[in-house]
Amino acid sequence: MKRPAQSVGLTRATCTVFAKELRVEFRSFELLTSTIVFALIVVFVFSFAFNPSPADSRRFGAGFLWIALLFASSLMLQPSFTRERTNDTLAALVLAPIDPFAIIAGKLFANFFFLVCVELILLPAFSVLYNVPLLGVIGPLAGVMLLGTFGIATVGTVFAAISSQARMRELLLPLLLLPALVPLLIACTGATMGLLGETAELPFSWLAVMICFDLIFFTAAWLFGGFLLEE
Amino acid sequence: MATETKNDAAPQAVASIIVAAMIGAAIYGAFIWAPTEKTMGFLQRIFYFHAASGEVMLLAFCVVFIGNIGYLMRRKPEWDWLATSGVEVGLVFNTISLVTGPIWAKPAWGIWWDWDARLTSTFVLWILYISYLLLRRLIENPEKRAVVSAVFGVFAFLDVPLVYFSIWWWRTQHPPPLIFKSGGLSPEMLKVFLFSMAALSALMVMMIWRRYKLESLRHSVEELRIEAEYQNEGGAK
Repeated sequence: MKRPAQSVGLTRATCTVFAKELRVEFRSFELLTSTIVFALIVVFVFSFAFNPSPADSRRFGAGFLWIALLFASSLMLQPSFTRERTNDTLAALVLAPIDPFAIIAGKLFANFFFLVCVELILLPAFSVLYNVPLLGVIGPLAGVMLLGTFGIATVGTVFAAISSQARMRELLLPLLLLPALVPLLIACTGATMGLLGETAELPFSWLAVMICFDLIFFTAAWLFGGFLLEE
Repeated sequence: MATETKNDAAPQAVASIIVAAMIGAAIYGAFIWAPTEKTMGFLQRIFYFHAASGEVMLLAFCVVFIGNIGYLMRRKPEWDWLATSGVEVGLVFNTISLVTGPIWAKPAWGIWWDWDARLTSTFVLWILYISYLLLRRLIENPEKRAVVSAVFGVFAFLDVPLVYFSIWWWRTQHPPPLIFKSGGLSPEMLKVFLFSMAALSALMVMMIWRRYKLESLRHSVEELRIEAEYQNEGGAK
């Protein structure tokens, strides 16, 4: 099928989809509240499983934090496509005379925004529960969190579009997503661990891995994401 | 369609015999002809199949990537058949290298498994491509299945270098490849290694070819089934 001429530019279309995602979520706050509660539960449960001392927290805290985020995001990302199914609204979005990547990008930025909201609650809770002072490194930590979250949102949104077309989609997304995010998890944990350590330094090799990951997969999403929306 | 398959039988038989002979020769070379390594002893001989299947696995996953990109660009089902054949065959070699690795590692390193770059990235690849097959099973519509799995395949393939380098920076214990450097393999060992790599590559090509034929037959059966159903419905009216 030949697409009609695109009457709206990519940026404007992306912003419209982004605003629509936020509006849908802010009507109920269903996704955000359940994800925040889930992420808090994961961080909470880790402390029972490992009973970490303050030194352990500095060493393993980064891992707890990122695993909590990863699990939470594998739950949170799925509805961005499945909730369009209820009224078949995705078909309506696809029919709009816009670049199909705008739909993926709009959802991607919305998911990024939601994940950042989760982190805004999760980080202080983590700092208090594990006695890890974060205020001194808040600037570089914010950079690491944003880069890591952008990577999760990029791959996660594309994989949510993939798994939403299959049976058992809720189970499938974590199966596809978690192994693909291994390099990002290593880099994010490494960078965060460096910041939480005694010397509080930011290892630039991990930053480089995160930037490469984000760039490669955002480009791939831009090049190939549109194929997933064909009817 | 039936004649086409019949014509294929003779070349396939010849290819099977050649590949079987090559594998036989590689086994002879690896276990009898090649000299025994000084420090690791007889154990080192597993390397001719372990390292070679690792390389062949990467080749097979390159075929998958080509199939994925080909399908997304051209939209011909043949590219999808190539990709799915490549994944299945690649996974066989992936499994071989994952199983033979610990058999070698336990006596050599004293541990079955270590989270080093190549081991871990091979394991991540295994999980990624198992998920690829799982994804294909969970989508019924063949065209949708082809598109969706092609996009996933591209993402999985792009992940490979990132997985490798991130784990490499994280920690590494795997012996670095010494094959082409001085102080690495003796000339006989190198010959056997290159030959077993060629033999396993030939096996891979043959398996992909056969699997591709199977997929094309499945496709024609499906088409015939749909046609028959259509005609039955027409007859009923």
